Amino acid sequence: MIRTLGVLGFLLVLEAAGRLGLIEALPPVSVVLVTAAGLAVDGSFLSDVGATLSACAAGLLIAVVTAVPAGLLLGTVPAVERSVRPLVEFLRPIPSLSLIPLAMFLWTDSHDAKIALIVYTCSWPLLINTMYGLADVDPIAKDTLRGFGFGPMAVLWRVSLPSTAPFIATGVRIAVSVTLIVAVSVELLAGGGGGIGAYLVQAGSANRVDRMLAATVWAGALGLAANALFTAAERRLLRWRWAT
Amino acid sequence: MIRRLAWYWLIPVAALAWEVVTRSAGAVYFPPPSTILARMREMAATEDVAADLVPSLARLAVGWALAAAAGVALGVLLGRSPLLAKLVEPMVHFGRSVPPAALLPVFLVFFKVGTPIQLAAIVYGVLWPVLVNSMDGARHVDTQYLDTAQVFHLPRWRVVLAAAAPKIFAGLRLSVALALIMMVISELYASSEGIGHRMREAEGSVDIPAMWAGIVLLGVLGVVLNGLFLAVERRALRWHRGRTAA
Repeated sequence: MIRTLGVLGFLLVLEAAGRLGLIEALPPVSVVLVTAAGLAVDGSFLSDVGATLSACAAGLLIAVVTAVPAGLLLGTVPAVERSVRPLVEFLRPIPSLSLIPLAMFLWTDSHDAKIALIVYTCSWPLLINTMYGLADVDPIAKDTLRGFGFGPMAVLWRVSLPSTAPFIATGVRIAVSVTLIVAVSVELLAGGGGGIGAYLVQAGSANRVDRMLAATVWAGALGLAANALFTAAERRLLRWRWAT
Repeated sequence: MIRRLAWYWLIPVAALAWEVVTRSAGAVYFPPPSTILARMREMAATEDVAADLVPSLARLAVGWALAAAAGVALGVLLGRSPLLAKLVEPMVHFGRSVPPAALLPVFLVFFKVGTPIQLAAIVYGVLWPVLVNSMDGARHVDTQYLDTAQVFHLPRWRVVLAAAAPKIFAGLRLSVALALIMMVISELYASSEGIGHRMREAEGSVDIPAMWAGIVLLGVLGVVLNGLFLAVERRALRWHRGRTAA
């Protein structure tokens, strides 16, 4: 109830600001919302959304299937883990978006450049969370299994992987939240590959502020939906953990 | 200390491997580190590097400070007032879900090219994680702390801030990396000076070593800022670590 009031009040203030011209070039929020509703059935906008989302999904998938096994491999051997960690800690703060100009040289197709940059960006949180998760595994549980004669693969599969799973899930959630940022950033800079960013640039050069804001509303909605989806999936997949 | 440093052996080895591999492969887009360093030295000697570096760093510092101050203040306020929090919660969730890069073209309409856009982008990118974490920290303050403060006539806000500090710092730590990212992308997108703009120029003239000089510089900046922040955090939260470890 209070939340609805808050949203309504916020929209009213925005509407008034637009109608009274308090902020130059700001269209009333009703116009933006009507445009946003129109975009939901606009074929060219939907194909742009598709281009962005498919790049995000492909990049995330590649990052998961490479970075998680890499993290498992690097994390299981303590000497390797301790040697690799400083290198990882050193490389991680490098802003991945500074690689956009390089990626645009390496991949002439901007869709590929987008995916490559998403893979690079997503790999860090996945790798680090997997390695930290492995370091956090209960040593007694591992020793118990070893004591019963289980081999290293069985220990990894039955103890290490399940207790690392929540860390990996956190890594995936962080990765998801950055995919959209990276995708839109590449689309803004590298034309030709379509996507929400390309749509924004186009609407900007046509001076259609309502379309830009409407597309931004959809970008926010997509971000919200992705976060909700992965939080729900995490809760479902790791139900056994919440139960204890 | 020396034992800890010994684990860093992989960094020089990796740099050396990079040098050897790129040199023997003659990779055009991956120049060896020695070439990049030579180009950096050359740029420092022949060009006015400060003209790009100073605006970038100034905007980064001002934008981050503005957003961090606003984020902490708003977050603590919302965290202590359940009614206000309920009123604005949907907007906060939505606002932080919008990828900040998507707002760059919008900012281009409302602000002038250059510093205003960069500042807007950095502030928007930094604000949300700080606000959400501060809100979370201020919301869950032990009522015993507040009661104790009341008995001893301590100002309430100080107790709240101290109790929320670990969470606030968690948000601030995230925000340092975000500020750098927003600085880079906004300069790549719309700027007439700064590190990002210089990289776009290098890209345009296919000056690959100069482009890498930008990447290396931003990387070093990322590492240094991260280290600096961790040092400040360790000092500021020393009391907290001591308490929780005991």
